Amino acid sequence: MTTTPTAGRTTAVAARATELSKIYGQGETRVVALDRVSVDFRTAEFTAIMGPSGSGKSTLMHCVAGLDTFSSGSVRIGDTELGSLKDKQLTKLRRDKIGFIFQAFNLLPTLTALENITLPMDIAGRKPDKAWLDRVIEMVGLSGRLGHRPSQLSGGQQQRVAVARALASRPEIIFGDEPTGNLDSRSGAEVLGFLRNSVRELGQTVVMVTHDPVAAAYADRVIFLADGRIVDEMYGPTADSVLDTMKQFDAKGRTS
Amino acid sequence: MFRTALRNVLAHKARLLMTVLAVMLGVAFVSGTLVFTNTISDAYQKSSAKGFDRVDVAVRPEYQDSEGDKVGTTPRLTRALLDKAAKVPGAASATGVVTGFTALADKDGKLVGGDWQSAGGNYWGTEDPRYPLVSGHAPRGSHEVAIDSATAQRAGYRVGDTVRLSVDGPVLTPTVSGIFTTDDGNVAAGGSLTLFDTATAQSLFGKKGTYDEIDVQAAPGTGQAALKAELDKALPAKLVDTTTGRQLADDQAEAISSSMSGLKQGLLVFAGIALFVGTFIIANTFTMLVAQRTRELALLRAVGASRRQVTRSVLLEAFAVGAVAGVAGLAAGVGIGAGLRSLLGSFGASVPDGPLVISPGTVVTALAVGILITMLAAWLPGRRAAKIPPVAAMSSVHAQATAKSLVLRNTLGSLFAAAGVATVLAGTRMDADTGQGVMGIGAVLLIIGVFILTPLLSRPLIAAAAPVLRAFGVSGKLARQNSVRNPRRTAATASALMIGLTLITGMTVMAGSLQQSIDKMASSAIRADYVVSMANRGPLSPEVEKKLAAADGVTASSPLRNGESRIDGGTQYLTGVDGAAIGKLTDLKVTDGSFTVGGTRVVVDEDRAEQHGWKAGSRFTAHFEDGKAARLTVAGVYEGNDMLNGIILDNKVLTPHLTDPADMQVMVKTAAGASDAVKDRLEKTLGTNPAIKVQDKQDISNEIAQMFTLMLNMVYGLLGMAVIVAVLGVINTLAMSVFERAQEIGMLRAIGLDRRSVKRMVRLESLVISLFGGVLGIGLGVFFGWAAGELLGTKMPTYELVLPWGRMAVFLLLAGVVGVLAALWPARRAARLNMLTAIKAE
Repeated sequence: MTTTPTAGRTTAVAARATELSKIYGQGETRVVALDRVSVDFRTAEFTAIMGPSGSGKSTLMHCVAGLDTFSSGSVRIGDTELGSLKDKQLTKLRRDKIGFIFQAFNLLPTLTALENITLPMDIAGRKPDKAWLDRVIEMVGLSGRLGHRPSQLSGGQQQRVAVARALASRPEIIFGDEPTGNLDSRSGAEVLGFLRNSVRELGQTVVMVTHDPVAAAYADRVIFLADGRIVDEMYGPTADSVLDTMKQFDAKGRTS
Repeated sequence: MFRTALRNVLAHKARLLMTVLAVMLGVAFVSGTLVFTNTISDAYQKSSAKGFDRVDVAVRPEYQDSEGDKVGTTPRLTRALLDKAAKVPGAASATGVVTGFTALADKDGKLVGGDWQSAGGNYWGTEDPRYPLVSGHAPRGSHEVAIDSATAQRAGYRVGDTVRLSVDGPVLTPTVSGIFTTDDGNVAAGGSLTLFDTATAQSLFGKKGTYDEIDVQAAPGTGQAALKAELDKALPAKLVDTTTGRQLADDQAEAISSSMSGLKQGLLVFAGIALFVGTFIIANTFTMLVAQRTRELALLRAVGASRRQVTRSVLLEAFAVGAVAGVAGLAAGVGIGAGLRSLLGSFGASVPDGPLVISPGTVVTALAVGILITMLAAWLPGRRAAKIPPVAAMSSVHAQATAKSLVLRNTLGSLFAAAGVATVLAGTRMDADTGQGVMGIGAVLLIIGVFILTPLLSRPLIAAAAPVLRAFGVSGKLARQNSVRNPRRTAATASALMIGLTLITGMTVMAGSLQQSIDKMASSAIRADYVVSMANRGPLSPEVEKKLAAADGVTASSPLRNGESRIDGGTQYLTGVDGAAIGKLTDLKVTDGSFTVGGTRVVVDEDRAEQHGWKAGSRFTAHFEDGKAARLTVAGVYEGNDMLNGIILDNKVLTPHLTDPADMQVMVKTAAGASDAVKDRLEKTLGTNPAIKVQDKQDISNEIAQMFTLMLNMVYGLLGMAVIVAVLGVINTLAMSVFERAQEIGMLRAIGLDRRSVKRMVRLESLVISLFGGVLGIGLGVFFGWAAGELLGTKMPTYELVLPWGRMAVFLLLAGVVGVLAALWPARRAARLNMLTAIKAE
């Protein structure tokens, strides 16, 4: 089952997967993690990817974000086709066009908050856009803590640094891998709020993998995966509607 | 507990690899040394024991000590004494032995046996049982010699060939009459042995009609001790000393093993250094393993393991690691021992054959060293493991070293270092003998202090490198921060490298300074263009000086002739010179009177003048070897050096008193000055003699330099092992860092750091740590070199500190290369890290 781009929305596509498959192993041990998935992530849209464990949601994100290789199909980020890229070009693509937010924050403990935020630009050897940087920092509310090291920050603050890091280089698309997984609900809500604001106010494109219906409710659109396929899609989700859909899959998963 | 420990070792096989390697190398060095020295010593003892097979009792002259005004003499063993010895009851026969230096040239005119191993002797009668002939016949008359088969083979000589040789200067060209085999230890070790008939040997070695030793063979049925008793009865006990062949063999064996034990101890010192360096790696590894297992160990504590049990489990792991490394090191050491022997053989220094000796002592030592070193180094991490509170099992934070312990550490380190510096500085002001020990203690204190302080020093020193690292962008920045993240580990790693470089630099500074000062001393006092001497620094026939004096273009020449005298009841060595010429040949600083040598006027050096209270104009009586005396006047006092010192007098006064005049050196000044052509002419004058060296000042300098270079290269080679172990340490530390920071590296890769930059980051970290160790080592080395020089300077007026900038730059570069090489494998691992597994939480 695949979904075609929904009519009526004419905005540009930030990332697109077409007939994307990812297969591990061979013969007996063959596992299909992604089964001919086609999906578009439109610019300035906040998409959540949901699905039970082993549904392929993380794999989908990793493949689209250029973190993992895929077996067949194609992935585009903007105008760039990922399938033909070598590691070096992929790395450059991630550096220049993609932002990441991880579940475990993944900040460098030796760098200050500010240094962590500008790290992608440091890697690229670019000067950060000062005005933009200030705006991002102000938005995530870190102005007073820029000189602190990660160990001096709470989990929520650390993840806000990670959000700022993803936003600071103005990537075409930001991928979040369970960004609220390690946070308490209040901090999680804050972080999700920032992500939604970045989409609304800054026109950022965000794709987030989550298993939390409350988190998914912050998105504009939710994609449901099961057994490596997209099984459903929902616009304007609420926590309840997402939960309902999830329950259906769970029931199906158990009976099938 | 034992099973847990063993499981842990097996689980961390890869991470323990470098540790095992480091211990193994040290153990291999130790056991290699033991195997090698035991083997060589055993082989030499067997071969030299064979040499005494035909000697039942050796009769040797007993040196008659100087007494009152009488110069000490060595009594001569005459033919009459030999005949007497041969006739004592129980004696079958007696052989007169004459020995001396004999330089034999090969077909290209080069020495066959080397400067020090060219021996000569006599062939006794027509059939000497000591030297069985394999071809030809015994040498007869002054125009025949016999040579040993190994030398004959090496030089390509056969019976009937004419050879060139020299004993004390003049070149002889006898014919090879025979080739013999021998058990002689010197020949077995690669030397040459040339035999003349007894009369020729006696006259060539300046021992007309006498022998150096009389070997008496016992008649069947007579024991060595019985024969010795008979000889003691028959011979004048005051003049001769008798020793049984067995005693000689034992003495020789004793001498060999004691000279070998010197070599052994020397090598073991370097092995010890390598092992010491290894302890840093062991400590690092176990510290990391304990830190990684904090939760696990806390769990053990929580379920009821006692502190002691936790420590013991860590020590058990160390035991297992040490045992494996010990066994592997022993095996490698046996290989090294065998390899060294064949290596010596390929250098031409043939070593007597013998089986490889692996004594039980070697095996026990190797295993004990491996196990004890490892357990000792793991002891502190083990104690730290025991201090982990059970509650740590619940928290995810690894127990961090508290700031307090660093404060304590820094205070302690500063105290040690300050005490060390103060002691070393105090040592420089003392006289050489006491200062040595004081300085040694100071050096140890300072090194310990620096070890303790390295974590503190690492921050500012590495921060100093920041501007350079900044050029490498984000890789450089991260590398710098990573390298100070675990200051203790960085410090231990750098310290390991520091030790080797401290010693290497210290040795280089000292050797360079010493070389220059000796060089200065040797050349500044000489005005002569050439100095002629025997290759083995042995005596030269006075004929050499006569020939040189008569050569074309020689304007002045003088021998330096040896003499002994008794003055005021003490022995004084005399140097006889050509009084008229010596002023033109030397440039000695005169501190009193004038440098005039002639007739009864002599010059003395400052030491002598002080000893006897002489000054210009003093008069004294010298009693010569022949018992006659002369009244001499001090014309001047000069500053002596290694080459010229003591009392210098005119040969016209000295020579008549000498029974056997011989010169140590001949100094020559030529009209044209030193040049290749002049040197050539002088060498031709002497018959192009391989045994004689004609050296200008440059040659002397070169010879000194060569000696120092050889010594330094040996030290470098031996310390190389310590550096290799230190490299393993750097690899180990980097591998640990990469392993621990897998998640970070994964994140960096995800957000766009390419593989090259990841590699560069690891490489730069390695470079920073290595250079940190290098800078510390070179700094300490220069300090120690300077301090040791200050001490030496009190004995050598020409001593001056020479800083080998070029070498030091090379050492720093070497440290850098070490860093880059050590990073190869860890950097590759870091670059290949699987991003997805790395960035996952946990």
